[in-house]
Amino acid sequence: MSRLDLLIVGAGPAGMAAALAARRHGLEVMVIDDQPTPGGQIWRSVEQAARRDDILGPSYVEGRAVAEAFRASGVIYQPGAQLWQLEPGFRAFVSRNRQAQVIEAKAVILATGAQERPVPFPGWTLPGVLTVGAAQILLKNAGQIPAGPVWIAGSGPLPLLYAVQLLRAGGQVAGYLDTTPAGQWRAALRHLPRALCASGDLAKGLSWAAMLRRKAPVIRGVIEIEALGDGRIETLRYRTADRATATVEANTLLVHEGVVPNIHAALSLDCTVAWDPAQDCYAPIVDRWGESSQVDLFVAGDGAGIAGAKAAQLRGELATLRVAVKLGSTSEDAAAVAARPIRRKLDRELAVRPFLDALFRPRPQVFAPADKTIVCRCEEITAGEIRALASVGRPGPNQIKAATRAGMGPCQGRQCGYTVTRIVGAAQNRPPAEVGFFHIRPPLKPVTLGELAALHQPAAP
Amino acid sequence: MFRKLHEPEAGALTIDIDGVPAMAEPGESVAAVLLRQAEPWSRLTPVSQSKRAPYCMMGVCFDCLADVDGIASVQTCLRPVCDGMRVARQIGKRTIGS
Ligand code: FES
Repeated sequence: MSRLDLLIVGAGPAGMAAALAARRHGLEVMVIDDQPTPGGQIWRSVEQAARRDDILGPSYVEGRAVAEAFRASGVIYQPGAQLWQLEPGFRAFVSRNRQAQVIEAKAVILATGAQERPVPFPGWTLPGVLTVGAAQILLKNAGQIPAGPVWIAGSGPLPLLYAVQLLRAGGQVAGYLDTTPAGQWRAALRHLPRALCASGDLAKGLSWAAMLRRKAPVIRGVIEIEALGDGRIETLRYRTADRATATVEANTLLVHEGVVPNIHAALSLDCTVAWDPAQDCYAPIVDRWGESSQVDLFVAGDGAGIAGAKAAQLRGELATLRVAVKLGSTSEDAAAVAARPIRRKLDRELAVRPFLDALFRPRPQVFAPADKTIVCRCEEITAGEIRALASVGRPGPNQIKAATRAGMGPCQGRQCGYTVTRIVGAAQNRPPAEVGFFHIRPPLKPVTLGELAALHQPAAP
Repeated sequence: MFRKLHEPEAGALTIDIDGVPAMAEPGESVAAVLLRQAEPWSRLTPVSQSKRAPYCMMGVCFDCLADVDGIASVQTCLRPVCDGMRVARQIGKRTIGS
């Protein structure tokens, strides 16, 4: 295959919008995505799930038209494709149908979206404990819900939305453990006026909360949770800020403490990242078009900082505009004109974030799990082991990784990276921005010898 | 652990999980089917032999790894079912390269 104009990684809102814009500019563009169908997580399985539209609601249904336009656009689309290495220039090593291939492109847009923030607590590895996002994906992809009453523990809009969708679907909520720290609305309040002018979504959120309160017990100020059981969760223990503890029967527990950008691909290319104190995560530093510190490498959508699906689409369009300028298919002036209305809409979308970030800031316990808690799910390394090492000398995350194997398993630190950073920071009295994150090196996903054997140079089909 | 909201429609297919036939629908992931079984787990960890089940459903936790059609360590949350697929829960050490 000859060198593409543009390779887009991810077929969610940002990736699809970027691809559609690229086709409008006549660029030769390929989209690779690890899911079998377009939509990303927010619109997962949107092409197939029409019968669940009433349950999932209009912001989900909106994705169907986008996916349809995407399919019809003439973009080269490779679903079920895993990117495991990206080299400057660019050469992307991708596995698909058990075959590795090399894709060359003049520019790359990473539209890899977000993942849920890891929430380590004792028992979080037990079967029956899933993320809220996982449960929502099961509803979208398979039309399935927890078989019995489910416990939901967490903070943010997603657990509220899922609880409402579950109730609409005829499911039961055993209890909703709200982990949002009590006084946080005060910090959020000063951002409220701006958020209110900009968005109707807040009213939606309030109506979800009201519906939930009518249908399920809501317990506020939960600071600690623990799942217990033999081979699967059987009981759930929780503690509230006023020291009350309770132990309840549980066969499913869904947890969620916000989302963080997927930055592994950007990190592997040494893109400069910065700690975002408002969102408690790292995000790549990008210019106003989304271009990273690496020339011609763009990051669009939640992968560049959490802002939601609408903002992701707009950021995808902006990135493509800049790519089109750089490849000579539009002028600087035309792009500046085209960008103006997009940026106006983007500002409106971003206006609600400071309020949401302040209101749903994760409770401190998320970053300081008890010693017995498994932090690295792959290698089964506990918080205690990491903590003990972190206070001897001043090891950084990479030394902790070398000494314990935390972060060396197949997930490559996607589940333990932030926790290691925070435990090291707490032990050494250093802010996370100074501690840093694991070095990320290829392969970004495990790749088999069989796949490597099939690897040909770019001239091959 | 999970249940489907609807009866399987035309086009329902069957996959085999450790010798037990399981109903599935086109488009859904292998992990979704696993979570509907009486034994909803996907793998035993190499270190402590603990049971793990699909956790994130978006490809970032690797707890859904299982053997699919003879290939070890497949992320079942990313793999759509197809008729006659053979799934084996993964016991112990992850093997790469088979
Ligand atoms: S369930 Fe997490 S990677 Fe598949």
